Amino acid sequence: MLRVGDAPRVRRLLIGVALALTGLFLLLPLVAIFAQALMSGIDVYWQNLSDAYTLAAIGLTLLVAVITVPVNLIFGVFLAWLVTRFEFPGRRLLQTLIDIPFAVSPVVAGLVYLLLYGRNGWLGGWLDAHDIQIMFAWPGIVLVTLFVTCPFVARELIPLMQAQGSREEEAAVTLGASGWTIFRRVTLPNIRHALLYGVILTNARAVGEFGAVSVVAGAIRGETNTLPLQVEQLYQDYNTVGAFTSASLLALLALLTLAAKAALEWRAARREIVT
Amino acid sequence: MIAQALTRRRERRVLPGFGLSLGVSLTFVSLILLLPMTSLVGQLSQLSWSQYWFLITDPRLLASYAVTLFGAAVAAIFNAAFGLLMAWVLVRYEFPGKRLVDALMDLPFALPTAVAGITLATLYSSNGWIGRLLEPLGMSVSYTWIGIALAMAFTSIPFVVRTVQPVLEDLPAEVDEAAMTLGASDSHAFRRVILPYLWPALVTGTGLAFVRSLGEFGAVIFIAGGKPYETEITSLMIFVKLQEYDYAGASAVASIVLATSLTLLLAINLWQGRFIKRLHGGRG
Repeated sequence: MLRVGDAPRVRRLLIGVALALTGLFLLLPLVAIFAQALMSGIDVYWQNLSDAYTLAAIGLTLLVAVITVPVNLIFGVFLAWLVTRFEFPGRRLLQTLIDIPFAVSPVVAGLVYLLLYGRNGWLGGWLDAHDIQIMFAWPGIVLVTLFVTCPFVARELIPLMQAQGSREEEAAVTLGASGWTIFRRVTLPNIRHALLYGVILTNARAVGEFGAVSVVAGAIRGETNTLPLQVEQLYQDYNTVGAFTSASLLALLALLTLAAKAALEWRAARREIVT
Repeated sequence: MIAQALTRRRERRVLPGFGLSLGVSLTFVSLILLLPMTSLVGQLSQLSWSQYWFLITDPRLLASYAVTLFGAAVAAIFNAAFGLLMAWVLVRYEFPGKRLVDALMDLPFALPTAVAGITLATLYSSNGWIGRLLEPLGMSVSYTWIGIALAMAFTSIPFVVRTVQPVLEDLPAEVDEAAMTLGASDSHAFRRVILPYLWPALVTGTGLAFVRSLGEFGAVIFIAGGKPYETEITSLMIFVKLQEYDYAGASAVASIVLATSLTLLLAINLWQGRFIKRLHGGRG
């Protein structure tokens, strides 16, 4: 039966416009990143990649991701378990608080950390006296990244765990299973995909965060430059090819993220058809 | 009812891990979210009202509010139209490369904002791939509000697509089939039958895109150029004040940005809550 927009003329027009706009706004920028990076040939590309500052930036970015992703994974799971399995006063408030990093401009996120741990900040004097450097060093970068990425895992898990309910876990309790066994054997298999997707999103944001990190990093070359900051600095130095070389690494990671997401959705859809 | 609620509550507490998960969650939220946020309140409390007012009404800052709001509004309107079109095409039609187009919609969330920023700035600069074509027409995108709106629009593309798409998928085929059988034209049926159904999702998605655009920093600064009074966005003003060690000024501006986006987010959540309640017959 005919539905709205099924006429061939309308369909062709809408698909044509959609493809043209997608090409212009999404595909072209993506192509441009790699074209700019490889503009002076593959040799220059490799040379730029193996630049000492770029390698240091890659290392720091990996360090940030290696710390923030597991921490936020654990926090996200505990929070989701708490708000979907128990009723307690302040439950809604807790869920709202978790959305703050989504609403806050990344620059504001960086600012509040600077106010707390910076030299003139609340804890700045004490940290200074004990010779602990948090701002303009890697711990500060890790902290703001934790702030910016903390909602992702919880936000993926909460709707799913709410929809699934707690009956299966309650059955496991009556059969005498311990908390850890319940989580590992009952909950985890049910939330596996959402959890993985949350981790992928957390990782993408942790690696790519710019605004918040640029406030607390202080841009010390080879020391506190993450990959996005390195991209900015090279670009400001009019080293376009170098900037896009680092950018191409981040773009590759973005493509991997999209591929992983598509694969997860495809498997979920296939499972739905099977059952 | 009450008895039922009580037994349900008791059943909930049957599960283990309440104390542990409460402890972990509260510790994390306090240390990572609340403690830094209170430092902003602390910084602001050192200012008198007149000082605060003076800081937030600086003419250069007022110009940045206007630039940011205008850019975000243009970006949100663009995304409402583009997102609706993309959601429609992805749900209703089959065409080669559809899976790829669908996956590409999430690119702006996966791509770091600084990368998006330098890419757009390069593409639209006077010797870039697109800027070169626009220059003979007397149009410049770089260092103008158009560039700001463009960068904001890019980073918030997924919001409308991904909120409208699932709602459109759930629209029963009979609804628009009925309208068509009764002789309605495409545009009439779309306006009178389909659009009202999609409206709540469309407004939510557009609202989220607007909030995101207000706070966008990395993608915008490169193409905007940061000319005072003209292409300076409010996030950049905070950044500039910090580099001048003007912590009081930066905090005052940050409080405005924070209050605006939290209010908007709360309004969107309330609107969404009302709409979900209506769908589920008042149970919410």
